[in-house]
Amino acid sequence: MRRILSVAALIAACFSMAPASAALKVFACEPEWAALTQELGGKNVDVYAATTALQDPHQVQARPSLIARFRSADLAVCTGAELEIGWFPLLFQNGANPRIQPGKLGLFEAYNYVTMLEVPTHLDRSEGDIHPYGNPHLQTDPHNIARIAVALTKRLAELDRDNAADYTARGQDFQQRWTLAIAKWEAQAAPLKGVAALSQHKSWNYLYDWLGIHETGTLEPKPGIPPSAAHLEDLIDLQKRTPAKLIVYAAYQDSKAADFLAQKTGIPAVKLPFTVGATDDSGDLFKLFDATIARLLAGLAGKGSS
Amino acid sequence: MRNFDTLAVRHWLHASVCGLSFFAVVTPALAADAGNAFNPKISLVLQGNFANYDDKSPQLIPGFLLGNESGLRSAGLSLDETELAIESNIDDLFHGWATISLANDNGKTTVNVEEAFINTLTLPYGLAGKGGRFFSDIGYLNRIHSHAWDFADQPLVYRAFLANQYADDGVQLKWVAPLDLFVEVGGELARGGAFPGGGDYRAGVPSKSVFVHVGDDLNASSSYRAGLSYLRIDDDKRRSGQDVETAFSGRTGTAIADFVYKWAPNGNPTIHNAILASEVFYRTESGALVFDPNTRAINSNYHGHQSGFYVQGIYQFAPQWRVGLRYDRLQSSNVVSNPVPGTALETLADNGHDPQRETVMIDWSHSEFSRIRLQYNRDESRPNGRVDNQVYLQYIFALGSHPAHQF
Repeated sequence: MRRILSVAALIAACFSMAPASAALKVFACEPEWAALTQELGGKNVDVYAATTALQDPHQVQARPSLIARFRSADLAVCTGAELEIGWFPLLFQNGANPRIQPGKLGLFEAYNYVTMLEVPTHLDRSEGDIHPYGNPHLQTDPHNIARIAVALTKRLAELDRDNAADYTARGQDFQQRWTLAIAKWEAQAAPLKGVAALSQHKSWNYLYDWLGIHETGTLEPKPGIPPSAAHLEDLIDLQKRTPAKLIVYAAYQDSKAADFLAQKTGIPAVKLPFTVGATDDSGDLFKLFDATIARLLAGLAGKGSS
Repeated sequence: MRNFDTLAVRHWLHASVCGLSFFAVVTPALAADAGNAFNPKISLVLQGNFANYDDKSPQLIPGFLLGNESGLRSAGLSLDETELAIESNIDDLFHGWATISLANDNGKTTVNVEEAFINTLTLPYGLAGKGGRFFSDIGYLNRIHSHAWDFADQPLVYRAFLANQYADDGVQLKWVAPLDLFVEVGGELARGGAFPGGGDYRAGVPSKSVFVHVGDDLNASSSYRAGLSYLRIDDDKRRSGQDVETAFSGRTGTAIADFVYKWAPNGNPTIHNAILASEVFYRTESGALVFDPNTRAINSNYHGHQSGFYVQGIYQFAPQWRVGLRYDRLQSSNVVSNPVPGTALETLADNGHDPQRETVMIDWSHSEFSRIRLQYNRDESRPNGRVDNQVYLQYIFALGSHPAHQF
């Protein structure tokens, strides 16, 4: 009888809601949103990053651990724009969390607060794995981070009214530091304006748009299709006609194709973190852009990075 | 159905891609498509197959009565199964899903409602309900659609115990525990119309199942899910057999233990990844059999214990390329009071063979929407105990909306 009672008590405990004083539980789809939420929420938030910086954000699975964390979260912070379409919809279905659903306060999608680039006018799978809402790799422009931070601060304050003043104060502090940092990065990155680059995947359009870099081609023949030998030969030809100065790839990507091309063309392959924590020098949002600019400038000086 | 208007289908798919996705709102850039924006997500899976079997004898398994649709894929070239899946949020409370399959059945095209269910989105306390026809959550592979299988065919345990996959009409309730460890407990009540259920239409709920799943990440590179399930069905004249039927009336209970482990360096499966999965099945059946109920009507009592397992491993050794190995084995210990020679009763009473099979496969996926697979089975699962060399060449192509796959 005692055992039955204790089991019943355990079940009752499991069913009861979390105590009101606990921190806001945040499920961040990508590391950059985990970092931003931590900046803006401080001790008021308990952030779980669903993916690591070394994972391909397109290729994540709805692992049991993700379903468990989604189940208890108060807020999900994601890129949206179908970046997470391969796994996030399964969390809605299996995570049984009424707080996080389309249209609810508990779902924050960053793409709603920025101007999307490369919104396709024509959708066909022969173009590769393209996203109907535009290129989703929007965290590579710090101006986007600033816009999203404004919206996320508002959302956190709405969800956790007791600490609203705290979020507003932290948000203002972040914006001040971020504005100064952007000015610094833009000054540092001046030599990159007008530079031509080859990219592994269409990961960098927001970064290039920000810094004035232009892309001559991609190592993937189509988005989501791995680089092939034939396509790399084409790029070597392309390099003769329209020379690029850098080959840019993300830390989570296989460097083989970029290294091969660097060797054939004599231009450096530059590994960029892409998101927070992918490399030793990208431990937070500020360092992410410090590292990105530093690596690009080193590349321009002829030094590759890996 | 072969005269599907391809233009219309293309338009339809295009519209769905432009359409309102699960977790997005219409952006101004898509305003021109607003008329289509509420179309559900649609995908069409095309599967074609070439199969070759050395052994042309009937596809029976000693010690088992097989359900319908337990046969092997058609020999030769065939358009195996064309699967149309449609899903959408219905409103803020419900989500709906339907999978319609067009299969080739001896030269005729048959339309099957494989799945058609609604599920809840906003029940409190981690509860989720589902109603309609759906693949049961018992076992690991049971609810995985054929286009996402890692081999061209299901393991022998699935073929022998569940007629490849158990989908039935019913309701499901499951609960996800509010823990960092994934713990999911659920139960289903169903019509009992699909094998190992089957039989006359009755009042009541003949099929009941319960399942529990536990899972977690072990580290950044690996995660697992383990489960236990039990399915019990009260059968009343369940029919099995192709030309001459056997009717079973009685109780059938299947217990399944399943385990799946997935590995990818730093959680990034793009270059290398591996999957190890295994399931063990145990079934008891007790009741009365009638062989050829319409003419000869041979009666027998039947008390059966059957078990089996599979172990399979998949390894992606280079981007786009995967190899797989699988071992299957079945065992039975049945008591059949009247095993008349030359009938399904004799096959069922045949406890002497332990059917087994070894499989090797390789597949290539150009993108996540296309896959081509070559598979070889060394099959020793027939009553004659002879080795059947089985070869499959298969393609699986997905059109339209992006597929989201279960762990």
